Amino acid sequence: MNAEQSGADILVEALCDLGVEIVFGYPGGAVLPIYDAIFRSGRIKHILVRHEQAATHAAEGYARSTGKPGVVLVTSGPGATNAVTGITDALMDPIPMVVITGQVPTALIGTDAFQEADTVGITRHCSKHNYLVKDPASLGPVLHEAFHIATSGRPGPVVVDIPKDVQVATARYTKPGPIKHKTYRPQIKADPSLIEQAVDMLAAAERPIFYTGGGIINSGPAASQLLRELARITGAPVTSTLMGLGAYPASGDAWLGMLGMHGTYEANMAMNKADLIVCLGARFDDRVTGRLDAFSPLSRKIHIDIDRSSVNKNVRVDLPIIADVGHALEDMVRVYKARRHPKPDLAEWWSRINEWRAKGSLDFTDTKTEIMPQRAIRALWEATHKRAPIVSTEVGQHQMWAAQHFGFEGPNKWLTSGGLGTMGYGLPAAIGAQLGNPNALCIDVAGEASIQMNIQELATATQYRLPVKVFILNNQYMGMVRQWQELTYSSRYSESYSDALPDFVKLAEAYGWKGIRIETMDQLEDGIAAMLAHDGPVMVDCMVSQLTNCFPMIPSGAAHTDMILQAEEVSGEMDDEAKALV
Amino acid sequence: MHIKTETASRHTLAVMVDNEPGILARIAGLFTARGYNIESLTVSDVTADHAVSRITIVTSASAETMEQILAQLDRLIPVHSVTDLTALGPHVERELALVKVAGTGDHRIEALRLADVYRARVVDATTTSFVFEVTGGREKIDTFITLMREVGLIEVARTGIVAMARGKNAA
Repeated sequence: MNAEQSGADILVEALCDLGVEIVFGYPGGAVLPIYDAIFRSGRIKHILVRHEQAATHAAEGYARSTGKPGVVLVTSGPGATNAVTGITDALMDPIPMVVITGQVPTALIGTDAFQEADTVGITRHCSKHNYLVKDPASLGPVLHEAFHIATSGRPGPVVVDIPKDVQVATARYTKPGPIKHKTYRPQIKADPSLIEQAVDMLAAAERPIFYTGGGIINSGPAASQLLRELARITGAPVTSTLMGLGAYPASGDAWLGMLGMHGTYEANMAMNKADLIVCLGARFDDRVTGRLDAFSPLSRKIHIDIDRSSVNKNVRVDLPIIADVGHALEDMVRVYKARRHPKPDLAEWWSRINEWRAKGSLDFTDTKTEIMPQRAIRALWEATHKRAPIVSTEVGQHQMWAAQHFGFEGPNKWLTSGGLGTMGYGLPAAIGAQLGNPNALCIDVAGEASIQMNIQELATATQYRLPVKVFILNNQYMGMVRQWQELTYSSRYSESYSDALPDFVKLAEAYGWKGIRIETMDQLEDGIAAMLAHDGPVMVDCMVSQLTNCFPMIPSGAAHTDMILQAEEVSGEMDDEAKALV
Repeated sequence: MHIKTETASRHTLAVMVDNEPGILARIAGLFTARGYNIESLTVSDVTADHAVSRITIVTSASAETMEQILAQLDRLIPVHSVTDLTALGPHVERELALVKVAGTGDHRIEALRLADVYRARVVDATTTSFVFEVTGGREKIDTFITLMREVGLIEVARTGIVAMARGKNAA
């Protein structure tokens, strides 16, 4: 029989049993027993961030780049509320994450005690599930269950709120066996007859397209390989959401580029004219579909998703299949081969796609005077792609340019806040990725506005000697806001211009980083080379064309066929309905 | 701009959940957060060990939204099962109401006469008031309250709908 241990010691032991190596957090009064237990055990590496929101994003970056759950430890009250943005982010982009929060002692709950917040109440709707642990004996089972829920099915954040007296009280901990939850049992395997139907529809289609999403990445590296195999044997084109980049290689024959609001012309036109859409681990988000009543009107639709509530949510589909997308892909490849379907003749379909592709929707023109932001991203790709870097981003124009112009060849290399669109995500995410992948090149592509939302994390990278790189595309505007103000508000740039930017080079140096400024085209390659040559964290302030906008673009509320390819095509003001959708 | 509205129909759901603190907030919060409508909601534990609660929810939604409501409820971790009793077919729905009526003379007699017609029981009486207990389908209770309004209605307390499928199947 085990001896009794404090709740805090039970927690640490359970974390070790669950294979947790790194915890991102910030101490405070309500979690001091846990911090002491971590100190005494010496078995878990704790990363001290500078803001609890950054702890959650770092955990997301760690999770997304390694496939393992990210773990966060924060104190009660303001610590827990600061974590809410990252918890919501992880719910939207389904990232496996367990957030442990301290709580005031049980006797004080409900008394407006110092640093008390109703963490369970606050996080109820932004977590996949949450717990308030009132008894040290249930800590072990709750923690194991929390990890099971966070990592299985549609992954997501799970919050475990632990009052301080529960951390101190003692109980016995025994490692539980495999979790068999009484109600939560995600469906992993697809109904075989539905797979057969899907395969037959795919073999018979004349204009098929794979619409792939982050579900493939979440399913694990095998799912990406199976997608490549299925695309090879069917010859069908592949497009992806922002979250799905890398599941199919950007250099692959079937790749059309990203779809949706800032997707390529060929991807969106192919979606619009397809006779069969096979949606794999994506959820028909409004940034993908554009105007719903004009979304792919000619196609039959197959949707494979592990989350039943994502199916038929925005778009009615003809064949819904509830399953883990990796398992479903494995079944589809096997059945497709077993049925000896000949490779479909898609020559006509591809010739239409190639006509759309010939538009060159991602083309841009370099200038002599300014660095085009697209050129900066491509130069970054040129200099780094052989090292298969992990790229994170903040949110805005730079994020879309990175998605469009940085070709990803494999999964788990692209970390971005897709669903919630959280500025301040990229730097902590890069820190988390670097910790999970010590030998990888980790780059945060940032905007000068976004980077300031969690810039205090420069100190975290310094403290742990993490050689992350921050590459700022600096145009002095909240670029995406300005772009929409041009489109929808007759260029009234209400508050989108930053008039008091810091000197990012000096700022970097103040935090112990190397700072580099790139101002002209002839400095671009050397500047990037200097960034890569430095064995430590580097912040590059790359001054780019101030007024360049991100195209192609489907204006909010428009159809895929109404793409704006270049700035010259922008005209007039949107109607109210379109404005509301921005 | 126009906000779209869909034609909604009324559905009664039986939701079996873990009987744990916060579960009602989880369910009700899901409805408000996603803009679903709640017409009535009742909850009580229903097993001998008090481990499982049965929640009866009456909601109005289009067929598409209804499918989402069911999927979203089912996705909550403490939810054991979700059954759309309306879609399942014939089922029994009952509600209990306490109806306080005050008056004198002919009004008292009329109140008692109507209560008899609606099989409402008198559960409290003073020289100037009655409290009636009435159970039945929602329409019956609505009608009874409407009639009592003319006689001297003071106060109404209603439980909300509880419902159960007909036949031998559970939920």
